[in-house]
Amino acid sequence: MNDSLVVQVLAQAVLYGTPILFAALGELLAERSGVLNLGVEGMMLVGATMGFWGMQRAPGPTSLVLLLAILTAAFAGLVLAAIHAYLVVTLRASQIVSGLALTIFAGGLGLSSYLGNDLGLADVPPKHQFSDIDVFGLKDVSVVGPILFHQSALVYASWAFVVIVAVYLARTRLGLNVRAVGESPGAADAMGINVVRYRYAHVLAGGALAGVGGACYSLAITPGWTDGDSLVGGAGWIAIALVIFSFWRAELCLVGAYLFGGLSGGLPSALQAHGYKIKPEFLNALPYLMTIVVLVLVSTSLARRRIGAPAALGIAYVREER
Amino acid sequence: MIKVERRLVQPRWLSVGVPVGSVAVSFVVIAVVLLITGHDPLHTYRRLFIAAFDGKAAWNDTITLATPLLFTGLAAAVAFRMNLFNIGGEGQLYIGAITGSGVAFWLGPHHAKTLTIVLMCVCGAAGAAIWALIPGVLKAFGRTNEIITSLMLNYVAGLLLTYMIFDSASPWRDVSTVQTRSFPQSVALQPSQFWPAVHPGGVVIPFGFLLAFGVAAALWVLFRLTRFGYEMNVIGDSQRAARYSGMRTRRKILAVMAISGAVAGLGGASQVGDFSHVLDASAQGLQAANYGYTGIVVAALGRYNPIAVCLVGVLLGGLQNAGLFLQGADFPSGLVGVMQGIILFCTLGGELLIRYRVRLGRRARAAETAPAAEVA
Repeated sequence: MNDSLVVQVLAQAVLYGTPILFAALGELLAERSGVLNLGVEGMMLVGATMGFWGMQRAPGPTSLVLLLAILTAAFAGLVLAAIHAYLVVTLRASQIVSGLALTIFAGGLGLSSYLGNDLGLADVPPKHQFSDIDVFGLKDVSVVGPILFHQSALVYASWAFVVIVAVYLARTRLGLNVRAVGESPGAADAMGINVVRYRYAHVLAGGALAGVGGACYSLAITPGWTDGDSLVGGAGWIAIALVIFSFWRAELCLVGAYLFGGLSGGLPSALQAHGYKIKPEFLNALPYLMTIVVLVLVSTSLARRRIGAPAALGIAYVREER
Repeated sequence: MIKVERRLVQPRWLSVGVPVGSVAVSFVVIAVVLLITGHDPLHTYRRLFIAAFDGKAAWNDTITLATPLLFTGLAAAVAFRMNLFNIGGEGQLYIGAITGSGVAFWLGPHHAKTLTIVLMCVCGAAGAAIWALIPGVLKAFGRTNEIITSLMLNYVAGLLLTYMIFDSASPWRDVSTVQTRSFPQSVALQPSQFWPAVHPGGVVIPFGFLLAFGVAAALWVLFRLTRFGYEMNVIGDSQRAARYSGMRTRRKILAVMAISGAVAGLGGASQVGDFSHVLDASAQGLQAANYGYTGIVVAALGRYNPIAVCLVGVLLGGLQNAGLFLQGADFPSGLVGVMQGIILFCTLGGELLIRYRVRLGRRARAAETAPAAEVA
């Protein structure tokens, strides 16, 4: 039963969906505060690079090393997000162009390649990697065992983050303030909320989560570092799309992330393992095509009902021009 | 106290002075990055300049690498000018190369060169325009975010290119010999189909490079002198205002996406006709250089002005050239993207100085700040 195609695809979907989930949660935080950050792909690549570097360099037992590696990746993502935040919040630059600039700066022909080569990470076998945890000894339980109870710590951490982000935005005063800043920064400012500080904080947090998402690749899914942008392969862009079709809600990000995890990682490898002969290019194109299809479906109904999107998304806040 | 306030009048010299100043600042920032990571910035800059612009051979390579950037830069500039963020230039370039080369392979070598070139241009542009119309139609009729859809199609186009050469028996794939059947490669253009080049003073200037300047001139006329260009500007500033005044915004989105795609597609056709003479799907081929993404940098640095885009394109072509030939200790891999990113960051930051003025002093006089609400 647990060897069946469906179970394998679902188990892989969770694994491959996790980096997208982390990045999407981060982007969700930034967008809820009104800042669109298109640099996710770049932040993930640098996160993957620096996470791998942190893992190679940190001393100590495996669990501590991996924790330090994740923190390194998060910090790298945060630093990159700070550039974006400074440009768009303080200097009021175009959020779209700045985000694209961040991806080009940090991407596979940019900083991630620069750092990876300078730090000598290419073709280095990983010293440690995230391994699957057997939670409560339930990994052999039929169907749900391999899917839910035999995953890496990153997967369980991502679930915690979904709950944290969802509760934070919907049920706390700070979360209410964030939403106010994203919907109507002028009104939020009048209420005494520091718009600039909130936007910085959430863009930085978003960057950190994107960095962690990138590290999922270099530390868990495909341990190692390769030059170029194949390591992350567009997941950052899918994460941005995911925020749109989760209607800016954390719990729906979880569902969407696993849908795309299944399409991008689960389905191709499971089909190959079971001997189906489908052209790899077609399978690889599937997540990108599905992103477009889902985005089209969502944006038509969104246009009708206009739910979710923060009203001030993408617009710089200038107090003098309120 | 530092006070930032919106300029009521933007002096013309600022729109040239600020970008140039920003680039100068960015070179200082890049030098700091190089120093921190243990490289000698002056040495790197000297090597970069020599590799990119010193001598005929350097100029040849720079022009070769600048040619696709001119096309993708112009393609991005057309769309970004109307706040239509077509970042699918990368994929549109591939599709232009596919359709442009396809018509040449289908024609065969026994036709007039002019006919071949014209058909390659037309088919390359048309194929890419249709590809660009996918996000265009979705944007115009479904309000789907064109950033994501056009970007996703880049990956699809790349996979399509790989599929056509490596994983199928498409008409583009050369299956004539045993060797090419086991080591897949594309059919090649015959020498009689190669695009011509001019050689003023020993520097090779390919036809595509000149074509890009022609396209830039045409776009300049379009933006400056036609109603179409005027309406593009209005829609870019405020789509709602444009619609209320009776402009057909939906039609304009479709037209601009098609033009943007067609320009990128010409770049793809020029890659085949001018340089590679095959449909290069390998890792070192069309997909290696990120021409489409670099085109966005070119367009943004040129402030979406076609003439400026051409100049910036040549400069960034030089940077790409240096990056390709200088890899190693003095020119670390990835530096090209890092430099492009930093230059773009500095230019974006500098935009503030064009739109706003920074005043030092206690408080701006009330009379000057009052009209700001009007501008906003």
